[in-house]
Amino acid sequence: MNMIVLEHYLLVGAILFCLGFFCVLTRRNAVAVLMGVELIFNAANLNFVAFARFGTLNIDGIMFAIFIIMLAAAEATVALAIVLNIYRQLDTVNLDEADLMKG
Amino acid sequence: MQHLIWIIPLIPLLGAVINGLLGYRFIKTLGEEKGKRLIGQIACGTVFISFLISLFSFIHLLLRPIDQRVLVNTVYTWFHIGNLKTEVSFLIDPLSGIMILVVTGVGFLIHFYSIGYMGHDEYDEQGHRYISYWRYFSYLNLFAFSMLLLVLADNILLMFVGWEGVGLCSYLLISFWYRKQANAVAGMKAFVVNRIGDFGFLIGIFALFWALGRHGIWTVNFRQIGEHAHLLAEDTILGIPAATFITLFLFLGAIGKSAQIPLYVWLPDAMAGPTPVSALIHAATMVTAGVYMIGRLNFLYSMAPVTLTIVALIGAATAFFAATIGLVQNDIKRILAYSTVSQLGYMFLGMGVAAYGTGIFHLMTHAFFKALLFLGAGSVIHAMGGKQDIRDMGGLRKYLPTTFRTFLIGWLAICGIFPFAGFFSKDEILWSVFNHSNPVLPFLPKLLWLIGLLGAGLTAFYMSRLVFMTFFGELRSEPAEPHGGHGNDARLRDQGDTGPHGHGDGELQGHGNEEVISLSPQREPHESPWTMTYPLVGLAVLSVVGGWFGVPHFLDPVFGGHGGVVSPAAETGEHSTTLEIFLMMVSMAVALGGMAVAAVMYLVMPELPDLLSIRFSRLYDLLLNKYYVDEIYQAVFVNGLLALTTASTRFDLKFIDGIVNESARVTAAFSAFNGWLDLRFVDGIVNTLASGTVFSGSRLRKVQTGQVQSYLFAVLGGVVVIILIRTFI
Repeated sequence: MNMIVLEHYLLVGAILFCLGFFCVLTRRNAVAVLMGVELIFNAANLNFVAFARFGTLNIDGIMFAIFIIMLAAAEATVALAIVLNIYRQLDTVNLDEADLMKG
Repeated sequence: MQHLIWIIPLIPLLGAVINGLLGYRFIKTLGEEKGKRLIGQIACGTVFISFLISLFSFIHLLLRPIDQRVLVNTVYTWFHIGNLKTEVSFLIDPLSGIMILVVTGVGFLIHFYSIGYMGHDEYDEQGHRYISYWRYFSYLNLFAFSMLLLVLADNILLMFVGWEGVGLCSYLLISFWYRKQANAVAGMKAFVVNRIGDFGFLIGIFALFWALGRHGIWTVNFRQIGEHAHLLAEDTILGIPAATFITLFLFLGAIGKSAQIPLYVWLPDAMAGPTPVSALIHAATMVTAGVYMIGRLNFLYSMAPVTLTIVALIGAATAFFAATIGLVQNDIKRILAYSTVSQLGYMFLGMGVAAYGTGIFHLMTHAFFKALLFLGAGSVIHAMGGKQDIRDMGGLRKYLPTTFRTFLIGWLAICGIFPFAGFFSKDEILWSVFNHSNPVLPFLPKLLWLIGLLGAGLTAFYMSRLVFMTFFGELRSEPAEPHGGHGNDARLRDQGDTGPHGHGDGELQGHGNEEVISLSPQREPHESPWTMTYPLVGLAVLSVVGGWFGVPHFLDPVFGGHGGVVSPAAETGEHSTTLEIFLMMVSMAVALGGMAVAAVMYLVMPELPDLLSIRFSRLYDLLLNKYYVDEIYQAVFVNGLLALTTASTRFDLKFIDGIVNESARVTAAFSAFNGWLDLRFVDGIVNTLASGTVFSGSRLRKVQTGQVQSYLFAVLGGVVVIILIRTFI
């Protein structure tokens, strides 16, 4: 059987990151963008775990992944609160229309 | 008594202040008649109180031994600078004692006379009424104050205050009827000409102060100056002996104030003022201030024989030339004015031969008879309804009996007929002149005596001419319509105004006499009210008896024994009594001769004067036009000054203004350049910087889209670039 090695994990992580980043760049809906951000977090988590298993990070990589999961949860709540406020102010969650900081 | 002297000048000042501030209110609240009476009472009362105090002081002075006849009343210290302590203090010695009696005595009579003379309102050509009664008396009282200050002053500075004060009052009263331009001009002329003299007077004061200061004596007090005057004997100022220098400049002041050649021109014009003013200021008191000043500083003049000679020469020349002008004048007041100038010349002649006592003596008698003559002339003018030309008069003897009789006494007095006042004083002067010895010009005494004698003859002639033409013969014209046809309402209101003059005598109806003229068919001249004739009588008495007192002798303590270079003439020739009596006879004969010639010309052969004036028309014109002195002054000084002014104006406009304008223009050009630089260069940098910033900002702001995803896209781009760089380089 073909051995599942570090490169496979990294490949899956890279695909996951690209999908997440693509989602962040292209979706107009703020909630969808947040979902893309979650994908990117998980791509990073996958990499940390893979390096913990096959690389030299060991337990540190696992700890990083756990902190990132926790952080992502916190970030999601804060971000959703912001989105909710944007909706209250602008009656939309479309990011193209939320350009108050335009120069 | 000594402590009451300060009241003498102060009381008239009080009257001046009360009338000046409240006079208008008096007339408003009390009505025309009562208000005027109150104003007149205040004015006369204050001067009368002064007169009484003066009289008491004088008696007090007489009771003292001869060598202690000095009363000093120091009121307060005026200022105190370094060693110089100047006090407001008043001095009564025989000299100022006589002066205050003359000023307050004659002054009171003239104040009293003014009540009647100024009683009716005056109108100018346009019919404007002068609101003048209180103003007139206020000025007159102010004059009395200033004159008393002048004669009572114990130091030369206080005297100068009075000196300027009388000049001011003279100016105010000459142009009293100021609506008429000629009067205003006359006042200005008097003031300006006086200023020339005052300038000299001030220089004299400064020089005196400085010259004594060089010896460590810092004082302006007359008695202290007298004590230390001998220190100046060896001094010189600018190469001239100090005493001569000082006295010459002081004499310049006297020339101006006392109307001597060459500054006499203002006095005849000063007759534009009311006649009582002419009597008080321009005959009896103010114009004698110069004589008084020389008398006060006689110790200095005695040290300066050159000055004395000049004083005598100018006095004699003035006495003679003014008399010649007086010969042909036709205005009654002008004749008297030239007579005053001439008589003042006699006083200076007396002063100039160091016979100070006789000069002051003549000052006193002249004050009496000239005031009398002026007031008599005022009465005549009053009766003639304002006409002043003696050719319009004549035969007034029968209409104005009191005026005529008193005027006759004044006439005899000024002509120098024994035993009237003028005889004694004029003769004393001529005797002193004849008898003095002049160290500068030995032939001078006899020459001056001859000029004086000639002048006396001329005086007798023109005064006789005046009297004959005014009072004798037939009336040559009707009195003028009073007020020149204006002011009918005033006349109606005055109709019942006989109250204050309630004699009930048909002829002495006070203000009523004017109405009688205008209402009676013949319009005869009428005698003046009693307020005007009584002073005439008083002055007439003084003109008779004024010469009977030995005034020069009385003044000896002031003038005697200063150890000056020139000793008083009276001392040198007391032995030759027969000569004195002979000269007396000569001068009286000359006077009688002058009167006789006038009688022939104006009584016996009235056509003779006209023939003579045609025969000697050039001389006549020369005299009638007063030697063209006014015209010469006009041409030389007035026009010269005007030309100088024009030149100065031109210089100012062209040169000074040119410089100013040029510098302004340079500044403006520099500023313009500076402004341009600022605008273009400094502002340019700033603006360019600012607009560059704005421009780049406006371009760069496009980058900030406000869209999060575009930023992220840029981040992606950046990462790609970094990766590419890392990969291929």
